[in-house]
Amino acid sequence: MVAVQVIVGGLLLGAVYALFSSGLTLIWGMMNFINFAHGEFVMLGMYVALMVVVWLHGGPVIFGIAAAVALCALGIAIYFSLIRHVIRGPMLAQILSTFGLALLLRYSAFYIFSANFVSLPQNSMSGTLNLAGIYLPVAQLVAGAVAIFLTMSLHMLLTRTTVGSKLLAVAEDRTAAMLMGIRPDRMQALAWGLSAGAAGIAGALMATAYPWSPSVGETFGLIAFVVVALGGFGSVLGSLYAGLIIGLIQAVSAYWLGAIYKDIVVYGLFVALLWFRPQGLMGKA
Amino acid sequence: MKRILSPLGRLILPHLRGRIGWALLAAGLLLYPLVFTGAFYRDVGVTFLLAAISASAWNIVGGYAGQVSVGHSMFFGLGAYTPLLFYSLWGWSPMAGIPAGIALSIALAVVIGMPTFRLTGHYFSMATIAVAELIRIFTSTWTFVGAAIGLQGPATARGWWDLTFRGELPYYYIFLAVLGVVLFTTAAIERRRFGFYLRAIKSSERAARSLGVPVRRTKMQALALSAAFTSVAGSLYVTKTGFIDPDSGFGILISVQMVIVAALGGAGLLFGPLLGAAILIPLQTATNSWFGGGGSGLTYILYGGIIVVIARFEPGGLLELWHRVVPERWRRAYAA
Repeated sequence: MVAVQVIVGGLLLGAVYALFSSGLTLIWGMMNFINFAHGEFVMLGMYVALMVVVWLHGGPVIFGIAAAVALCALGIAIYFSLIRHVIRGPMLAQILSTFGLALLLRYSAFYIFSANFVSLPQNSMSGTLNLAGIYLPVAQLVAGAVAIFLTMSLHMLLTRTTVGSKLLAVAEDRTAAMLMGIRPDRMQALAWGLSAGAAGIAGALMATAYPWSPSVGETFGLIAFVVVALGGFGSVLGSLYAGLIIGLIQAVSAYWLGAIYKDIVVYGLFVALLWFRPQGLMGKA
Repeated sequence: MKRILSPLGRLILPHLRGRIGWALLAAGLLLYPLVFTGAFYRDVGVTFLLAAISASAWNIVGGYAGQVSVGHSMFFGLGAYTPLLFYSLWGWSPMAGIPAGIALSIALAVVIGMPTFRLTGHYFSMATIAVAELIRIFTSTWTFVGAAIGLQGPATARGWWDLTFRGELPYYYIFLAVLGVVLFTTAAIERRRFGFYLRAIKSSERAARSLGVPVRRTKMQALALSAAFTSVAGSLYVTKTGFIDPDSGFGILISVQMVIVAALGGAGLLFGPLLGAAILIPLQTATNSWFGGGGSGLTYILYGGIIVVIARFEPGGLLELWHRVVPERWRRAYAA
């Protein structure tokens, strides 16, 4: 029974991993660009949720939407003020831009919110559900379900709508897309908004279920790398599967090896992937 | 007068210019601790040298070859842990631990470089940050290397045998000698075929390959050399502090410091890391003393901001800015 509980808990957390990792993979697929600050976006989403709950007494729906909107706006602002200018620059500028951004956001968060762990106050998603002997926190169930729904929605948006086609067109060939009347700048800004928004809402979802501190950004950023590397760079569906797998591996190794080893196993998997299958599960070589 | 002097100048200056620069710099660095005799100033000097050594080491692969590592702390940490581990196990001198650290670092460089150098540069950056973090977590759980508490060096030092001294002065000159070795090696690389290969790879890997540059092997060699020097920097750090723990050896901030020092001064330029360290180390010392214990947080906010601004406006760093802003004529007169 405990084993089932561990597995289900891991899959539910993995669904949230899938949601924020799909944001990272979207940016990679769109513009061949790795965002080192992605984990910090998740962390900021958590604090936005906290602030909305504490100051505005908003419920889960409100703070979820608030985190998505706030991070979406931040993503678009970062695209226009920073990314647009470095994307054609040297590799050094591309990597340093978001790496520096990650430091800036992480240590600003330390400065503003302190290094202490915090968690959301009691809300409508507190409590535990008993499903045939498996005890699961309501918050985890809701977070996992919403995350899967949103990741699938993002996949649908990319593959079934006009906007998605435009995004993919820009990713495929910027100049050709421009000649077809698509504005690449707007599309790429939209991709950054979607990516950061996904990270923000994933943060809000996790805030309901787990305590956190500003340092979680680094961990989530690395987990997103692992998920994207496993799922294949640029594949949203791949990152959904990979997220679930990583969540499961983490939960299982935390249960059988001890909590401190869960990250070692996951990062070790990343190194092994780079050696044996760098294109990931669903990626093209 | 000018007519007579200028051909003469043209004849002599090019030969002198480089050497005068080196001589002035060397003299300045040699004399610094004798002019500023206070323990505080000497300590800042030692910190500056250490930062310059590690950033110059990073510069070989990150600057010249354009393969941006954001996890160089793994080599620094290996270089720091190995001598102390040998000391705590068998009481050996760091003279035995330093080469072992170098060997381990080169082995690790091969393990990371082999798979990632087949792919684009982004993979290398991601792999370095993940591997550094993997090693940091692993070290903090492994009791053999002291787990989260870390390792302690000799309490009662045996002088030169342990490279442990009472004052700052011996450290200063040992570090300076190592910096000299790193800079001379880099300068030698710059002028050789290997250096041209590196710059070719940086500007376009595909073009370099089509011209017959052995791209993967060259990147691998650059990483191995850089890892070896970074490992030495870690060993020097630990002979000075006599103590290491997972965060001060493998922590991400160690990597950050190397990247920012090199990038601020000018990545891929010989004296870039020196300039970066000369600006950042006093700045860091100042913010730490102004804001007390809470200052380190502000320092890293500042570091993040500086890195973003460099990336956005001046990826070439301050030296390149200098080369662009200061007119050619002026530069010739004052250039080192």
